[in-house]
Amino acid sequence: MVNLGVKVHKLELKNPVMTASGTFGYGKEFDDFIDVNSLGGIIVKATTSKHREGNPYPRMAETPMGMLNAVGLQNKGIEYFVNEIYPKLTSYNTNVIANVSDSTIEGYVQVAEQMNKLDHIAGIELNISCPNVKEGGMAFGTSCPSAIAVTKAVREVYDKTLIVKLSPNVTSITEIALAVEEAGADAISLINTLLGMAINFETRKPVLSTVTGGLSGPAIKPVALRMVWQVAKAVKVPVIGLGGITTAADAIEFLLAGATAVQIGTANFIDPTTTVKVISGIENYLLRHNISSVNELIGALDC
Amino acid sequence: MKKYIADLTVTNNTQLNSKHHLLELKATAPLPDMVPGQFVEVKVEGSETTYLRRPFSIHRVNRETNSLHLLIKVVGDGTAKLASIALGETVNVMFPLGKGFELTNNKQVLLVGGGCGVAPLYFLAEKLFEQGNQVNVLIGGRTSADILLDDQYAKFGKVYISTEDGSKGEKGMVTSHSILRSNTNNASDYTAPDDKLNGHFDKIYSCGPDGMMRAIAHYAELRNIPCEVSLENTMACGIGACLCCVVESNEGNVCVCTEGPVFDSKRLKGWTMETEVGCSLD
Ligand SMILES: Cc1cc2nc3c(=O)[nH]c(=O)nc-3n(C[C@H](O)[C@H](O)[C@H](O)COP(=O)(O)OP(=O)(O)OC[C@H]3O[C@@H](n4cnc5c(N)ncnc54)[C@H](O)[C@@H]3O)c2cc1C
Ligand SMILES: Cc1cc2nc3c(=O)[nH]c(=O)nc-3n(C[C@H](O)[C@H](O)[C@H](O)COP(=O)(O)O)c2cc1C
Ligand code: FES
Repeated sequence: MVNLGVKVHKLELKNPVMTASGTFGYGKEFDDFIDVNSLGGIIVKATTSKHREGNPYPRMAETPMGMLNAVGLQNKGIEYFVNEIYPKLTSYNTNVIANVSDSTIEGYVQVAEQMNKLDHIAGIELNISCPNVKEGGMAFGTSCPSAIAVTKAVREVYDKTLIVKLSPNVTSITEIALAVEEAGADAISLINTLLGMAINFETRKPVLSTVTGGLSGPAIKPVALRMVWQVAKAVKVPVIGLGGITTAADAIEFLLAGATAVQIGTANFIDPTTTVKVISGIENYLLRHNISSVNELIGALDC
Repeated sequence: MKKYIADLTVTNNTQLNSKHHLLELKATAPLPDMVPGQFVEVKVEGSETTYLRRPFSIHRVNRETNSLHLLIKVVGDGTAKLASIALGETVNVMFPLGKGFELTNNKQVLLVGGGCGVAPLYFLAEKLFEQGNQVNVLIGGRTSADILLDDQYAKFGKVYISTEDGSKGEKGMVTSHSILRSNTNNASDYTAPDDKLNGHFDKIYSCGPDGMMRAIAHYAELRNIPCEVSLENTMACGIGACLCCVVESNEGNVCVCTEGPVFDSKRLKGWTMETEVGCSLD
């Protein structure tokens, strides 16, 4: 028997594998394919203070080993989340984490205050890194003062585990990481999508309605891995790594780079059973290497 | 409806014309119930440019052989790889996905397909026939080579064809076929010679190019005939998890992969009469 359990601040995860926001719906979309309760946790689709229609179609472009999306935080707002979605999430016997987003600090605070009252929401992930909204979102995550301001404001109203999700679209990822740690983040997750673009050369038009969008999938893995390694060395709080993870090998690389847990995003689209395969792959790796606990892998990079 | 993921074995791969292939995929476990208009997501192996799964309509379900048929038009590398797949190989498929057509009983129905849009029509015609409907299938294409499997529909009802160059059936756009003209509010417009429709369809089902479906939806709305259309928005997940495939409906953006791909045309924003239609109706 190997121990797969990890702890991210106060969150006890039965294994280090979670799902990335916006790629796993609210969990129920995957109920036919996997036992969602077997995951370390699920991070559900972003919730904003008000209903958002998101961006017009087309919102997706396939790219080499990945995809661009420009969903634009489509969701029905916090009130709808509390009344209609939350009751369906309470039956899950795993950590359910809400992804909180908005375009103003007041909006973030409003959502966080409501989430704080929900017993079955084990923590929130503050999305200060979405590239797909005109104002706010990523703007908060790309400058230290605004990242600090939004993290502090939410910290004041939120008591449980507060994860802050960073944007890779910055010059120095460690500066932002240290800033949000100082501002009260209990954990840091990274990376969100990398800003990118796709053109249809036949029609000479951009593929996405918004012209630019967020790149995800295996294409971004090396960038994500580098950033996780840099941040994990710099901060004291736990780091959750994501970006292109598809296999147990990918996940183990992130753990070795210093991540305490990982999230799986785009890979869920190609194989909805990816998460459970990654978990059993990590377990096999531990057995094969005679390692009794997954915690021994965290930050164990030999360099 | 429960969704499955399974490796299916290719038991047949027939080339229908220069671009179209018919694949027969056999399952080991008994296939679940499926509804015409639903689709599958296929994982394509060996294509460097294909990372995401590819959606295809369910063309036919053969219970005797426990197989699923797909009608594939080669448009890029993913479809090219599927079209060249050898017998005995397996493909990983997620199915059945989305909401299919609402099936009526004992009615006079019209099915309109164009181009590769005919893929779901076989399954649809078969089910509508089983439920006692008078089935009329109208297929359009640019030339006779584009008219696929028309002989297959004859066992379920009447088949009408139109080609833009007149090489098969009536000459012109599918939307100007005389069977549609016979169905106006004005009885004197009735021109289809062998037709006993007396100017009435109870329901219209359409799948094919966007412009064609819009024109058919417009036609149906003018005559107060319920009309369902099948959309082919690009998809990433096919199961409602990514929100990439949305269409604007009267209730805002909805996912084509879970709320559709089949929609009542009146539910779609911009598909009603106030808006311009892509093809003329003559
Ligand atoms: C619900 C649904 C059902 C479908 N049913 C069928 C079917 O039964 N038979 C069939 O042949 N095809 C069907 N399609 C379309 C099919 O999925 C695409 O043609 C296929 O994904 C193209 O893959 P590719 O790798 O060959 O092309 P790519 O290399 O990805 O693209 C080649 C070209 O086709 C265009 N294209 C790709 N996907 C789409 C799309 N969804 N709509 C419009 N243009 C597209 C691209 O913009 C590009 O110009 C369906 C699509 C959907 C969403
Ligand atoms: C379609 C799509 C929607 C996303 N929506 C959100 C979101 O609402 N909130 C968020 O923080 N991240 C969102 N993301 C980013 C992912 O959570 C993740 O950070 C990113 O995709 C990188 O991981 P991956 O390569 O494993 O997908 C989205 C990504 C995709 C592909
Ligand atoms: S394709 Fe992902 S939600 Fe429809």
